[in-house]
Amino acid sequence: MRLTELPKGASAVVERVEDAHADDAIAQRLRDLGFVAGEPVRLVARGPLGADPLLIQIGSTRFALRRAEAARVRVRAQEAA
Amino acid sequence: MSAGTLRIALVGNPNCGKTALFNQLTGGRQKVANYAGVTVERKEGRFTAPSGRVLQLLDLPGTYSFDAASPDERITRDVLEGNYPGEAPPDLIVCVADATNLRLHLRFVLEVQRLGRPVVLALNMMDAARRRGIAIDVAELSRRLGMPVVETVAVRRDGVRALVAQVDGEVPAAAPAQPDDAASRADLHDQVRALLAATVVMPRATDARDDALDRWALHPVFGLAILAAVMFLVFQAVYSVGKPMTDAIADGFDWLGAHVAAWMPDGPLRSLVTDGLFGGLGTVLGFLPEILVLFFFILTLEESGYLPRAAFLLDRLMVSVGLTGRSFIPLLSSFACAIPGIMGTRSITDPRDRLATILVAPLMTCSARLPVYALLIGAFIPTRRVLGVFNLQGVVLFALYAAGIAGAMAVGWVMKRLRRDRSEHALLMELPSYRLPKPRDVAIGLWERGMVFLKRLTGVILALTVLMWFISTFPSPPAGATAPAIEYSIAGYMGRALQHIFAPLGFNWQISLSLIPAFAARETAVAALATVYAVGGDADAGGLGHALAANFPLASALSLLVWFAFAPQCMSTLAVIRRETDSWRNVAISFGYMFALAYAASFVTYHLAAWLA
Repeated sequence: MRLTELPKGASAVVERVEDAHADDAIAQRLRDLGFVAGEPVRLVARGPLGADPLLIQIGSTRFALRRAEAARVRVRAQEAA
Repeated sequence: MSAGTLRIALVGNPNCGKTALFNQLTGGRQKVANYAGVTVERKEGRFTAPSGRVLQLLDLPGTYSFDAASPDERITRDVLEGNYPGEAPPDLIVCVADATNLRLHLRFVLEVQRLGRPVVLALNMMDAARRRGIAIDVAELSRRLGMPVVETVAVRRDGVRALVAQVDGEVPAAAPAQPDDAASRADLHDQVRALLAATVVMPRATDARDDALDRWALHPVFGLAILAAVMFLVFQAVYSVGKPMTDAIADGFDWLGAHVAAWMPDGPLRSLVTDGLFGGLGTVLGFLPEILVLFFFILTLEESGYLPRAAFLLDRLMVSVGLTGRSFIPLLSSFACAIPGIMGTRSITDPRDRLATILVAPLMTCSARLPVYALLIGAFIPTRRVLGVFNLQGVVLFALYAAGIAGAMAVGWVMKRLRRDRSEHALLMELPSYRLPKPRDVAIGLWERGMVFLKRLTGVILALTVLMWFISTFPSPPAGATAPAIEYSIAGYMGRALQHIFAPLGFNWQISLSLIPAFAARETAVAALATVYAVGGDADAGGLGHALAANFPLASALSLLVWFAFAPQCMSTLAVIRRETDSWRNVAISFGYMFALAYAASFVTYHLAAWLA
């Protein structure tokens, strides 16, 4: 599933980041920031309007991603630890 | 060892505490400038090591990776590789990493190492790492990385001793340069994982304190309430601390001008010194306290880590009108004055979002418009109850503020539709750990911004103020003239010429004339109207109100109010747009669209009001 479909507070493991179009700089940036296969992520919070943006915990870092950005990340759901 | 200067470049991820480290090493001895043609700051400082050698330190912009095409990341890479024109390649790179966030930061360290230049790793925020029980095997990390690793605590005086000793010694050998391609880039993450597994023990991925604070600060309801409370406090402070200081400075210069005048013979020179020079300086420097108070809060919020939280909460709203969550604070600042607002857009990393914010910022009703609003509302709007509870005067004032905000949203929305670059610009914003702001870093930030304001703007504003004085003083009225002197001056003629343009808005030549000094500083429109209607100074606002009410209709007054809500902002704002965007084109766009907007809105207001009346 996509990172945007993750319920609030849920954890998952990144499978891959998909390019939205050829030469997708945002997808590359996501990979550089650590969104790579096998990396655990957690959806910490959602913005007050339209649940946008999403606050994603990856490693020790928290990134605010707009839904369009987060939709590039494919994740595999994980049992709540 | 003491011969020659050693050039050191400081690099690292955003939020690694690099600037605090730079401040700690160099103290106040730093030079801030811009890289040519871009608004990326170039910060340089120097300090003398115990050996007597002078170390020159270059603080490069915070960078996540060398891949992205943002101007500051390109510059960082070019400078490190020695490819930036006019910038000598550094002898040594100090790469700063947050010890509590190595999963992210080590990757960039590896990327820097692949450039093939001597690198030292500074593990910063070691105090926070120890508090959270994070154990790092520094010797093993150094061995595996093949570079010296030192622990630092940038916020403590003794926290940089090990780093100074390291850079003062032999320059370490560089790793061989490696090609940069997608495949090897993907490898970096695996290398980081291996390094972390071998050298770092972390009891918990996040700081429990941050989690607790964020549960409130980012809550859909409480988060917004906290944000509103913080902003309310900031504004109270700007008005209750900054405003009296601003008034005191203006009064001080008036007093100084009057005393100097007493020593000078009557004539144009005296008028230049008192009205032009001291009056102008008083106006310019009068901005400073409010700017500094506002920046004090913005810097404190920025240092504490709250600012990105505010941006998170408001991003969706701002995106819908073509801006970004990061636009919020600069726009809010613009309610005090557009100048600090526009200077505050530096925190917006994306150039397109930054420009959009700069262009709409002057539509926020700045405090300089209040005297004009107060005068016109007092003279023309009756104190009537509306709906039983509201005062009509208050409603009009609120409507003017609301018109500015609505105008900014509309302009942002239209710009979003018009611009050629429709590509997606990412938010991708890190929410750093909360931190207690250090007075030293806030003070240095305030000093830098204050100096930018004084150095870059005073000259321009002063020159224009003197010019304004000149055209409203010369030529002198002929002997036996009865009308106020300004009527015979160049400004008087210009006012009458401008009336041809402004007549459709219901402005008479006196109003048209007052728009000329208002361009220098909005509040001077009141004084100018007082001069042309030959009533006492603005101390006698009641008298001036009566004179205005007797001389032009309500429709004209409403039209003038609307004009001030949207009109091309004062020239200080245009000067700061020129400085911050390095482009006269943006100044022209800003002036042009605001003129058109104000003209159209006033035109409609005038004719609608005249038709209703």
